[in-house]
Amino acid sequence: MMQHLPILPILVPLLSAALLLLPPFQAKLSRQRWFSGAGLLLLLVISVLGLVESSTGASSFYLLGNWPQPFGIVLVHDRLAAMFVLLAAVLALAAWLFSLGGEDGLGAFYHPLLHFLLMGINGAFLTGDLFNLFVFFEVLLISSYGLLMHGGGKARARAGLHYVLLNLAGSAVFLLALALLYAVLGTLNIADMALRISQLEPSQLLLVKAAAGMLLLVFGLKAAVLPLHFWLPSAYSSAAPAVAAMFAVMTKIGVYCLLRVFGTLFADPGTPLHDFGQQLLWLAGLATLLLAAIGVVAAQSLKKLVAYLVLVSVGSLISVLAIGTVPAIAAVLYYCLHSTLIAAALFLLADVIAQQRGTVADRLVSGRPLQQPLLLGTLFIVAALAVVGMPPLSGFVGKIWLLQAATGTADKVALWSVLLCSSLLVLIALTRAGSTLFWRLNRQQAGAESVGHMQLGAVVGLLLCSPLLVIFGDAVMHFCLATAQQLEMPLVAITAGGNH
Amino acid sequence: MMELLMSIVIGVLTACGVLMLLRARTFAVMLGLTMLSYAVNLFIFVSGGLTAGKGAVLGRSDIYSDPLPQALVLTAIVIGFAMTAFLVILAIRARADLGNDHVDGNSGKSQEDSA
Repeated sequence: MMQHLPILPILVPLLSAALLLLPPFQAKLSRQRWFSGAGLLLLLVISVLGLVESSTGASSFYLLGNWPQPFGIVLVHDRLAAMFVLLAAVLALAAWLFSLGGEDGLGAFYHPLLHFLLMGINGAFLTGDLFNLFVFFEVLLISSYGLLMHGGGKARARAGLHYVLLNLAGSAVFLLALALLYAVLGTLNIADMALRISQLEPSQLLLVKAAAGMLLLVFGLKAAVLPLHFWLPSAYSSAAPAVAAMFAVMTKIGVYCLLRVFGTLFADPGTPLHDFGQQLLWLAGLATLLLAAIGVVAAQSLKKLVAYLVLVSVGSLISVLAIGTVPAIAAVLYYCLHSTLIAAALFLLADVIAQQRGTVADRLVSGRPLQQPLLLGTLFIVAALAVVGMPPLSGFVGKIWLLQAATGTADKVALWSVLLCSSLLVLIALTRAGSTLFWRLNRQQAGAESVGHMQLGAVVGLLLCSPLLVIFGDAVMHFCLATAQQLEMPLVAITAGGNH
Repeated sequence: MMELLMSIVIGVLTACGVLMLLRARTFAVMLGLTMLSYAVNLFIFVSGGLTAGKGAVLGRSDIYSDPLPQALVLTAIVIGFAMTAFLVILAIRARADLGNDHVDGNSGKSQEDSA
């Protein structure tokens, strides 16, 4: 059983999603809820087992159908994959818990779509084959289209159309890049591709470079880096809150792919393509960081503000990723964990606050008093401290680590000034938003709605991850460092063979 | 000659697809995406090299063509077809929800660039 562990994070959501579509579950929402929750718990257990397994040994490979490498499709189950799979499982559990507040009943297929989305996400994290990555991208995208439209409404239709069109165009570009790479290299196994790139003749390098440029465009679109970020704020702010929380991991898939695909393909320092795209990513990351911070200040509703906060985290991640040293990658991984969990918590919290403000909802104008100002205010302060990067929460540790990653003097000046300026802008915006939401009240009576136990549990659970990331900071940091070191030598992948 | 013809076909299809993709009405955009995906499918299909007279199945002839691009293009066609179907439904839904078929959902602001 243990040898099949790498494929279980894909199989379990696939099976549970398929079962959830059957009539016994479709007929009763309560059955769907229990079954869906059980499936997610099972996935969480599998992910934890996978993490433990990957942290003890070297990276392991799972050969689908036991075809020898590089002919068959291979799953790579290393620290990086295991870490992201666990992150997705935690987020999904929180999204499930929050949706029990009644949101899952707004459309017929919330639970099956959530599981299909997880299948796509886990597949994208685990696969070691570039075409397989495309297929899993499509699986997660089509589920996310459905989830984005969950609940219906004008804003969702408008944002959904943009999101779908952009991603379809992105898929076309991805396929072009794939075909070009296959034509030149004759393989789609990422590790094998890396090997062949290092042996390429100079005349063929240009084609690989063109394909790599297209891949950069696709992953940039997924990660929402600067010129390709316009879809994100409206899509994330109009999605149902549990869906938006789940989507917090979607931009990180772009970051993950940049790490995995580019980190492996151009790992050999001997190839002329070794630093491909790094300069571009560095500049784009910094620009994203700055513009997203301005977006945070300019946002007129809390959900939009949180969506821009996601962009801020993307900017920080991409710019430090471009530095490319082992400590930098380790810092990126830690910040990835922190920013995903906190962004998800903020999306959920924004909806809880909006529910208690009646007609003004989450718009940042004076409204009626909240029913539970003390509880929600405390949660908001904790979340804000974490996201701005104030001690003692994980944002502080993460940001310090990001800042330390800049080694060269020029890098240091650029990264420190941009990151700290954007942090200040975020701090100002969150202070203003918080005081508007909780203190600028009109004379209406507070509404009667109080937050549901499930919804509160989801928010508190996600927020608790922030102090946990600090308390167990030493272990997490060591894990991140070991992951970054493992990424430095990905060529082992092709020689190690399978252990199926 | 075959290579030239193929690249012209792919190029023209891509150009038309991108042009249509930049239109403001959902129907034109949908056609653009469809053309683009045709071009992409052809591109994948020829990525194994253009050859004539080679067997597609092992053992039937001494020389055989690269089977992988055919498998890839089949996958790409199926996925593209499903995505197009979804997009059509979404466009109809957006037309109903927003009251017009502009990709931004603006009503009556940019009538002059209708498809």
